[in-house]
Amino acid sequence: MNAPVHYDAALEAAKLNARSLPLGEIDVSDPKLYQNDVHYPYFERLRREAPVHYRKDGMYGSFWSVTKFKDIMAVETHPEIYSSEAKLGGISITDRPMQYRRSSFISMDPPRHDDQRKVVSPIVAPANLNNMSDIIRQRVCRVLDNLPRNETFDWVKLVSIELTTLMLTTLFDFPEAERHKLTYWSDIATQDVNAGGEIDSEEKRLAILQEALAVFTGMWHERAARPPGFDLISMLAHGEATRNLVNDPQEFLGNLTLLIVGGNDTTRNSMSGGLWALCKHPAEYQKLRDNPALVTSMVPEIIRWQSPIVHMRRTAVADAELGGKQIREGDKVVMWYISGNRDEDTIDDPNDFIIDRARPRHHLSFGFGVHRCVGNRLAEMQLITLWEEIMKRFPKIELMEEPERIYSNFIHGISRMMVRIPA
Amino acid sequence: MPKITFIEHNGTPHTVEIAVGKSVMQAAVENNVPGIDADCGGECACATCHVYVDAAWLSKTGLPAAGSQEASMLSFAAVTQPDSRLSCQIKVSDELDGLVVRMPEGQH
Repeated sequence: MNAPVHYDAALEAAKLNARSLPLGEIDVSDPKLYQNDVHYPYFERLRREAPVHYRKDGMYGSFWSVTKFKDIMAVETHPEIYSSEAKLGGISITDRPMQYRRSSFISMDPPRHDDQRKVVSPIVAPANLNNMSDIIRQRVCRVLDNLPRNETFDWVKLVSIELTTLMLTTLFDFPEAERHKLTYWSDIATQDVNAGGEIDSEEKRLAILQEALAVFTGMWHERAARPPGFDLISMLAHGEATRNLVNDPQEFLGNLTLLIVGGNDTTRNSMSGGLWALCKHPAEYQKLRDNPALVTSMVPEIIRWQSPIVHMRRTAVADAELGGKQIREGDKVVMWYISGNRDEDTIDDPNDFIIDRARPRHHLSFGFGVHRCVGNRLAEMQLITLWEEIMKRFPKIELMEEPERIYSNFIHGISRMMVRIPA
Repeated sequence: MPKITFIEHNGTPHTVEIAVGKSVMQAAVENNVPGIDADCGGECACATCHVYVDAAWLSKTGLPAAGSQEASMLSFAAVTQPDSRLSCQIKVSDELDGLVVRMPEGQH
């Protein structure tokens, strides 16, 4: 269990520990660092003393940590050296047993990646974003208008999860009444087996995800038999590069979990993390009240600040030099977005939350290169709409206690955040 | 200094000056021309400085080489056309003085 009231003390202890540990013993893969939100001093030291850092036999095996913005960019733009292939280990630091390494277009290299990605990317093309904007705003208004006043409630549950899950029902044309299943499958897909939650083995995870597979397989066949529609399942069922995907159930499941987690978890945690950041920076909150038009530059800053994806992993398929270090074929290379987003050499005052930065979109949270987030502008649109409507209604939302975070080195997640809207 | 004209998707033109050797993307960003996001900052690692090059100028700017990183990133952008370029990959020269580019409906 997290102990949020002691956060300042925990951070001080982490600073001391980060300073005194021998470099080779620093292990930024420890999910507790993210659960307690005390990873910052470890990365500060690595960026300064060992920007490309090798940890031998860490909690998640031996791996290179890439901690600076420009080195992360170098890895992102060389997929021919730094592979995402599922069978080599895919995109997460966790080395799953071979039979559980599910392929999907995020854990694939060009050219196969390109063909599959292009099937679904039109869902977020500009014209379609415009089509979705009304329904997004209606839902935001409904959810906000139903919030309790002058009473403590969980923002994660009533706002962040509700809004992002409703978005998923639109993207998949999934029955709204059964939307809780999408949230559940998303959480199951990403839960660390050591988190102390329901999933303590890959076998158990797969058993639950098979239920998702069965539901979506049914939807697939029904939509394949109809003319093409504008939802992700119909697009996959009719897309030239993916129309046989249903016959490869594990790759179908891989792509489903990618789209569910990608369209859900990340935006959910930015919806929570943004409110948290504003509450911790009252002067910025006041700046927003004085000028609500700042929402458009605040949203990318929230996404940088939260860094909803902690890391992405690659596996070297050739020898290469990176930040002065020799990477060998077969090495596990981890890009810590959460660190690159605080890199003082690329971002001015990176440890400050500033809602009116001149170039707020220059951050790593969406990744760069061929795997850059497909839904980046949809995510921004949802967050902008949310904050526009919040500012029309509530001059102030109060944080009642420090948030609870999840045990994960992959998803920078907030599981509970108690707040109050004064009447 | 060479002049470059950016035409927003809604038709609003912006003519700016930029030093030789910089990129067309920098011309937009440094002059706060709306519609060029340039999220990656000129690394050819996103596609948010996407423009359509005016037909009269295509022979001078050229098109991305097949198999290049620019072609790859453009292939993931929404609403591309045969005259699409990433403006961070077009280097400003005296020859491009007067260049006209148009913006797409959105940047991804």
